Amino acid sequence: MDLTYTEEEEAFRARLREWLAKVLPGLPAKPAAADWPARRAYDAAWQRMLYDAGYAGLHWPRDAGGQGATPTQHLIFLEETELAGAPYVGANFVGLLHAGPTIAAEGTPGQRARWLPPILRGDEIWCQGFSEPGAGSDLAALRTKAVRDGDSYVVTGSKIWTSHAEVADWCELLVRTDPEAPRHRGISWLALPMDAPGVTVRPLRTLAGSAEFAEMFLDEVRVPAGNRVGAQNDGWRVTMVTLAFERGTAFVGEVVACRRVLGALARTARANGRWDDAVLRRRLGRLSAEFTALWRLTQWNVSEAQSGGGVPGAGGSVFKLRYSHARQELYDAAAEVLGAGSLDADQEWVADRLSSLSYTIAAGTSQIQQNVIAERILGLPKGR
Amino acid sequence: MDFQLTDDQRALRDGTRELLAGRFGRERLRAAVDGPVLDRELWRELAAAGFFALRLPEADGGVGLGLPEAVLVLEEAGRALLPGPLVACQLLAGIVDGVATGERIVALADAPAAPADGPPHPAVTSAPVLWEHPADCDTLILLGGAQGADPVHEGREAGAYRSAAADVVRTPFASVDPLTPLARVTDIPRKIPLPLDVARVRREAALLTAAQQLGGAARTVDMAVTYAREREQFGAPIGSFQAVKHLCAQMLVRAEIARSAVYAAAVTEGVLDATAAKLLADEAAVRNARDCLQVHGGMGFTWEADVHLHLKRAWLRAEFWGGAGAAEEALAEGLIA
Ligand SMILES: Cc1cc2nc3c(=O)[nH]c(=O)nc-3n(C[C@H](O)[C@H](O)[C@H](O)COP(=O)(O)OP(=O)(O)OC[C@H]3O[C@@H](n4cnc5c(N)ncnc54)[C@H](O)[C@@H]3O)c2cc1C
Repeated sequence: MDLTYTEEEEAFRARLREWLAKVLPGLPAKPAAADWPARRAYDAAWQRMLYDAGYAGLHWPRDAGGQGATPTQHLIFLEETELAGAPYVGANFVGLLHAGPTIAAEGTPGQRARWLPPILRGDEIWCQGFSEPGAGSDLAALRTKAVRDGDSYVVTGSKIWTSHAEVADWCELLVRTDPEAPRHRGISWLALPMDAPGVTVRPLRTLAGSAEFAEMFLDEVRVPAGNRVGAQNDGWRVTMVTLAFERGTAFVGEVVACRRVLGALARTARANGRWDDAVLRRRLGRLSAEFTALWRLTQWNVSEAQSGGGVPGAGGSVFKLRYSHARQELYDAAAEVLGAGSLDADQEWVADRLSSLSYTIAAGTSQIQQNVIAERILGLPKGR
Repeated sequence: MDFQLTDDQRALRDGTRELLAGRFGRERLRAAVDGPVLDRELWRELAAAGFFALRLPEADGGVGLGLPEAVLVLEEAGRALLPGPLVACQLLAGIVDGVATGERIVALADAPAAPADGPPHPAVTSAPVLWEHPADCDTLILLGGAQGADPVHEGREAGAYRSAAADVVRTPFASVDPLTPLARVTDIPRKIPLPLDVARVRREAALLTAAQQLGGAARTVDMAVTYAREREQFGAPIGSFQAVKHLCAQMLVRAEIARSAVYAAAVTEGVLDATAAKLLADEAAVRNARDCLQVHGGMGFTWEADVHLHLKRAWLRAEFWGGAGAAEEALAEGLIA
């Protein structure tokens, strides 16, 4: 058990810090949350900066245009960019963390050459069209159908909760290509150009008031068969590669941020007198232990990935489950520190409190995570 | 960074588990419940296996390992519910003669010092000074001492004192844990000061106790899962019911969170890391034992099943070396320091 970083890792950190200190002051001002085109431009500009400096696709394999960095280097990158206040991955999330890695793992050389470089440069934005009105936790129930017609698929159906759909160029789309086959064996993975005729995107307003995701209607949309990644009807397996990434290092920066917020909460409470309340103090102390442990668990999981080949395993579910709830508790504690100030929706922590509510739902609900832990890690029988 | 067990650490863990399974299996455990007297022969065997001399330099007859290895060994002891003042013997081997070889059994009693500035905290001075396995110990080491009226806490400064067990006045009481007899220390001679880094002993005692809690927390996950796979109701294993699954999943999460905190604190040796580790491991051990009991149904409420032994030991360990309140306050203070 070693928590010290190697000389090479420290050198990587030092170089990164130096670069961040140099470039971050030159960033344009953060766009308003509701201004999607500006947000896209901002996220793309940051991705381009990363690309030019050799940090794009850090954790991607080299032959996919990435840097082939170790999981530990990726951890350091996420930690340092958060500490420096650098922008988040934002609209590039799906491209860099889901669709890109899937194409890198399962795509043909031609598909990799077509789609991966624009993701790394920040030129093309991807969204994820998995969930449907009738297929949420039970993703394999999806019904959006794709019928082969010559060298195209004709796609009809609807998707929902598609984050960043409004600004995306591409959508990684799960479709049913064989309605007769057992559910998991009739699904294919398609790259859908968002400007194809027949695609309608209707923004959905979240409880935070913003339009972070959308409904997508697909009306006989023609998608070239060459846009299918993996074999026909093998899309479920292809997708699971992606989900494994989704539950891995996706939250490293956030845990770092939560620890910083916790310190700020304590100082605010001291300044406004709420610190005299032992119940609140103890609550913050408890959260301090919690986030320390979550950070250590992250290091544990990253070390495991490093020694075991890079794809985070079911252990990511343990992290995701505990972290989602800890984040909600953190912002509930923030509300207690703020008192009546917690009713001001423009207050930063209040906005974060609202968005924290999605954490126990998105990317696998807490109940589903518990099923996964019970069945895949503990080996309890499937059933009711 | 490589925050995983090394091959040697894995071998140590497996070897310890095997040793304890052989020398302190279920029969011995239940015999100890009926007669909670420490088995001196077993104690010497544990010593011979390096249990106590683990961290002493090889030149002094020790094994030359570090705190992480001590944590792994104590975790296994916690899994096996091995009784005795293991933490004290681990920490005092090499300081008190005969402990490393298992010839002498020593316990630690903690009388936390009051803050140097200001009057002693009432909750601190009134806390009883507990002694585990009083009848089995040869020596008792008292840590610290706050200013106050009663003879136990009335120390001149926060130091450490060594006493022959026979010289310590104590009042035994019926321990909630059948495997751990307890007494309240009522008077203790402070004639032989012991040069100890008291802060360090407290920190490491908290961490090693947390390691035992971790072992207990992990063991109760295994027990619950095993039972949930076997026990059938409504024509199916109860582990196929989601309510039971989710109890088990939360148990695993608690144990793994505690594991991360405990192992990391063993590496960093930071005081707040140890405090956080103790807090999370106490919670994992106590709540996992509760959930394990629930999964076992009526069987879990019996004396015969081992579940209650884990719960009671978890309660007991949670009272030693800093409870939740003090830990949370210390961690909160750490946020603004
Ligand atoms: C902010 C946000 C962003 C999202 N972005 C995307 C995106 O970009 N692309 C995309 O495809 N999807 C996205 N999603 C969708 C997300 O993956 C789904 O919301 C999620 O999988 C849950 O599906 P559902 O909403 O249909 O809820 P349901 O599946 O209908 O669940 C409702 C309730 O039933 C419980 N439940 C369901 N099944 C079980 C079971 N077997 N056992 C126990 N309890 C169960 C759930 O835990 C939940 O409490 C996003 C969601 C959110 C909140």
